[in-house]
Amino acid sequence: MIALVGNPNCGKTVLFNALTRGQAQVGNYAGVTVERKVAELKLGSVKSTLVDLPGIYSLEARTPDELITWQVLFGERCDESTPDLILATVDVTQLERALGLVLELQFHGFPMILVLNMMDLAKKKHFAFDMNLLSEKLNIPVVGICATQKEGLDDLLKAVEDFLGSHPKQTPMAFQPSSVLVIRERFKKVDALLAQVVQKSMGSSDISDRIDAWILHPILGRFILFLIFTLVFQIIFNGAQFPMDGIELGVAFLGNWLHRILPEGALQSLLVDGVLVGVGSVLVFLPQILLLFLFILLLEDSGYMARAAFLMDGLMGRVGLNGKAFIPLLSSFGCAIPGIMATRTIENRHDRLNTILIAPLMACSARLPVYSLLIAAFFPNPVFWAGMRLRGVILMGLYLLGVAGALMMAWFFRKTLLPGGRPYLLMELPSYKLPHLKNIVLSLMDRLRLFLYQVGTVIVSVSIVFWFLVSYPKPPLGASDLAVTYSYAGKLGHWIEPLILPLGFDWKIAIALISGFVAREVIIGSLATLYAVEHIGTSEVSALSRILVDEWSFATGLSLLIWYVFSCQCFSTLAVTYKETQSWKWPALMLGYMTALAYGGSWMTYHFCKYLGL
Amino acid sequence: MPLSQMQVGQRATICRVGNLKSSEDWIKKLLAMGFLEGSSVELLYESARKKQDALMAVRVRGGLVALRRSEAQSIEVELL
Repeated sequence: MIALVGNPNCGKTVLFNALTRGQAQVGNYAGVTVERKVAELKLGSVKSTLVDLPGIYSLEARTPDELITWQVLFGERCDESTPDLILATVDVTQLERALGLVLELQFHGFPMILVLNMMDLAKKKHFAFDMNLLSEKLNIPVVGICATQKEGLDDLLKAVEDFLGSHPKQTPMAFQPSSVLVIRERFKKVDALLAQVVQKSMGSSDISDRIDAWILHPILGRFILFLIFTLVFQIIFNGAQFPMDGIELGVAFLGNWLHRILPEGALQSLLVDGVLVGVGSVLVFLPQILLLFLFILLLEDSGYMARAAFLMDGLMGRVGLNGKAFIPLLSSFGCAIPGIMATRTIENRHDRLNTILIAPLMACSARLPVYSLLIAAFFPNPVFWAGMRLRGVILMGLYLLGVAGALMMAWFFRKTLLPGGRPYLLMELPSYKLPHLKNIVLSLMDRLRLFLYQVGTVIVSVSIVFWFLVSYPKPPLGASDLAVTYSYAGKLGHWIEPLILPLGFDWKIAIALISGFVAREVIIGSLATLYAVEHIGTSEVSALSRILVDEWSFATGLSLLIWYVFSCQCFSTLAVTYKETQSWKWPALMLGYMTALAYGGSWMTYHFCKYLGL
Repeated sequence: MPLSQMQVGQRATICRVGNLKSSEDWIKKLLAMGFLEGSSVELLYESARKKQDALMAVRVRGGLVALRRSEAQSIEVELL
């Protein structure tokens, strides 16, 4: 096994994707932890495994993600031996700091090649050094590369092949923590080494500094942050319309075609009202979900995410969290699962638990279709202010409401269950980089695959089961009520209805909500199936909006929106919380407090709207 | 003087990392992030002015590192 080790943000993952042509086994949904990426690496006739590990600054593991790297390096993970070779990856513009880790690895006797990444930046900054002398002084092979441009990769692969061919397997010594004195001595060695090999030092100022003068400005920086998010929500809501219309047309066309070729009966109803309506109504939101992930990836890849954390630290501090928690919370806008896993970078257990508990309140991409459907049904879309449209503003408002709820709960947990002082913060702000197109495309393809997998498995199955429950048993002859009233789902809905009637929800919403526990977005398919069965012939997805406006009051629509802002309707989130905390206590608390918040929020919204006569 | 008292744009040399209140773990973390005696440091940005819990972004050993003003008190510097 060959392991990629280095400081965070030194380009390990880009190198990993470049070497393996992006064939990483990237995680999947239900609670499967993605902690390191593994892929096959072909070296001539030999095959080996390449592992991409979380970034570390030293071998002393303080956070759960650093512990993973430590365990892999020292063979402490079950059924894995120590690596055959380490590719110690270094951002060449940060040699002064990064070589400290390289010397620590070398001290422990790891077989190693030093990979100097971002050689293009070194050239731009007129940084010159003697690579051969560096290799000679360190007594290990040194290869200069630029992973984003795929430069130097052949040299690297050759160096790896040569190394593995000429060195027998070396086992590192047991881990020895370094004293403060030893760390200081180590960096003195780094300084002495660099004094010998560096021919021309780097210029002090670069383009990142010039951008940061604006982005990190105490006032302007926060304004830019607000502007970026406003723009993101406007584009998500208004920019995805064209492809969404296309998908909708396709679904409607397929529905009509199936209607024509299939004889009227149970099979036609199952395929059109069950599967197609259920799947199509979720599939139509794919462009919005991909746009959301695209923006999150762009923010992560460019280096802006850490800046946002820098700017938000003050606000986070007031509720007892540190700025670092902002990054997992922001990732949770995509999906709470990677967000919860990203809390591994937080050292203090109480801080980490607090961040995990509030992460699902960040509106994830599965809520987006529900928000979109209900906003489009109940709100017009005039220009609101400065070219911004009302629906985009309302969408942003719902996201902000989730954030406000999260901050409030973080404060509450800090004062009660998870007490502690203000956590300290020491965080690197990586240099800005142009987002790497291949990485973005690969990540989006992963998202697309996961989404289609979810649609093809969970949503199809739920749609079929749901169709059956709303279609059978058939009403008795001469029945006066709607057919669905007599179905299994109708009976279940009526049974639950008294519980949720105070929120403005009727028995039909009750059964849709239950189906939404499998995955949030399923509720749309369920509502579509429910009303398609009732209003025969309405297989068009956009028809659902019109039906909802006719069937529900504004108060009910808004109440359901608020329910979705706060409720924890996602088994996968609960499963990953269990996996990360190793206790059922925390997922149970998560489900309990979020349901209480959703119930309270919906109740107040419904009654306030009724009071206003809406 | 402590790093926490530096003004934006000032450069200094680090003379001591850690004080009597600092834990060994905190000092080790600072050292690993590049705060080492003899290294030069430049305060580039701060998240708010004159606030103890404001974040400072300093350039040290090639990296840009954010830490709180209150925590920067444990690093002694000499202005250049």
